Amino acid sequence: MSREWPLWEIFIRSQHGLAHKHVGSLHAPDAEMAIKNARDVYTRRNEGVSIWAVRSSEIAASSPGEKGPLFEPASSKVYRHPTFFPMPDEVKHI
Amino acid sequence: MYAQMVDTGAKKLRSPEEMTPEERAFQARVDADIKIEPKDWMPEAYRKTLIRQISQHAHSEIVGMLPEGNWITRAPTLQRKAILMAKVQDEAGHGLYLYCAAETLGVSRDQMVADLHSGKAKYSSIFNYPTLTWADIGAIGWLVDGAAIMNQIPLCRCSFGPYSRAMIRVCKEESFHQRQGFDIMIKLCRGTPEQKAMAQDALNRWWWPSLMMFGPPDASSVHSAQSAQWKIKILSNDELRQRFIEQTVPQADFLGITMPDPDLKWNPERGHYDFGAIDWSELYEVVKGNGPCNRDRLRARVEAWENGAWVREAALAHAAKRAAAAEKAA
Repeated sequence: MSREWPLWEIFIRSQHGLAHKHVGSLHAPDAEMAIKNARDVYTRRNEGVSIWAVRSSEIAASSPGEKGPLFEPASSKVYRHPTFFPMPDEVKHI
Repeated sequence: MYAQMVDTGAKKLRSPEEMTPEERAFQARVDADIKIEPKDWMPEAYRKTLIRQISQHAHSEIVGMLPEGNWITRAPTLQRKAILMAKVQDEAGHGLYLYCAAETLGVSRDQMVADLHSGKAKYSSIFNYPTLTWADIGAIGWLVDGAAIMNQIPLCRCSFGPYSRAMIRVCKEESFHQRQGFDIMIKLCRGTPEQKAMAQDALNRWWWPSLMMFGPPDASSVHSAQSAQWKIKILSNDELRQRFIEQTVPQADFLGITMPDPDLKWNPERGHYDFGAIDWSELYEVVKGNGPCNRDRLRARVEAWENGAWVREAALAHAAKRAAAAEKAA
């Protein structure tokens, strides 16, 4: 059995002005083919105006075990949300 | 259904007291409808079962291209041909979404393909039946894709994130498949008596195999109970089958054709259709490899894989050569 084509993660921008969003992955020998394959696999119904293909091996991800140390500090900082500050009813445009 | 009779490795369903603390935490997450993602801890049996189930589902999409592909060159109009090609291309896409979901569990694509070709991995029994006439393309869209939707909509809520997301994509596209099939059936049923007879003949041949797609009665199956506890099976085989019958019978009435089941009738007391006994020995024979087209289907897949080997290798060699040239120039 010969070597498998590398895996690519595919990101599609659905409309101008929106961010690229991860849609899935596929195998391709190089970046050019990854984009061509992504066109066929992920945009058969006009889902996109732009494609990014990134080698899966190049993606660094946080691990589920780090969830606490990474994200818990934010949960106590409720003052980062505007709703933390009740405004008097008579004050407008704020 | 697209994944039938998936072995979970379970001998009996375990109570929370029998689970390890990790397993209990995992089950609590599943119970709370929090999706399991590939890097999360999961029981080994959950991982293995999902690989079996998702790869079987993927193989079904890919092998499912064969019976329909049979009619691409003979579609009655250019438009029907374009539609059928788009449908078959969707099936390839669905197979790829599912292979990707399975790969997040640590199995390689090549391994899954090898397991299909060796017969270790299964695909849905339904694709081992031949497509003898154009009406079969109508019947497949209407019945087989209809049954697939019935199964796949609940799976959008399954516990494994990548599988759930793949199912959501598939379901968005699948409704076109069922409608194009029903549209073919409408055309035939409003056509000449010969055309209507073709539609009836296709229904006669596809009805029972479609009901078998949901798998054997599963009330007492430990695998079904385990899969239900893990939320990778949401509704039972019998529940799905009954819903499918309920949905499909009025559609056949509209077409003016009848299911090949003299015992099929509305039961006002139950509020459901009663239906005749299913010949399960046929399903077991087809799953064992003795359906009308098992050998053809597998041969076609193996040949496509082997004949494509030089292309895959050449593409890799070309990519390596270009990468080396780019590095030298830099």
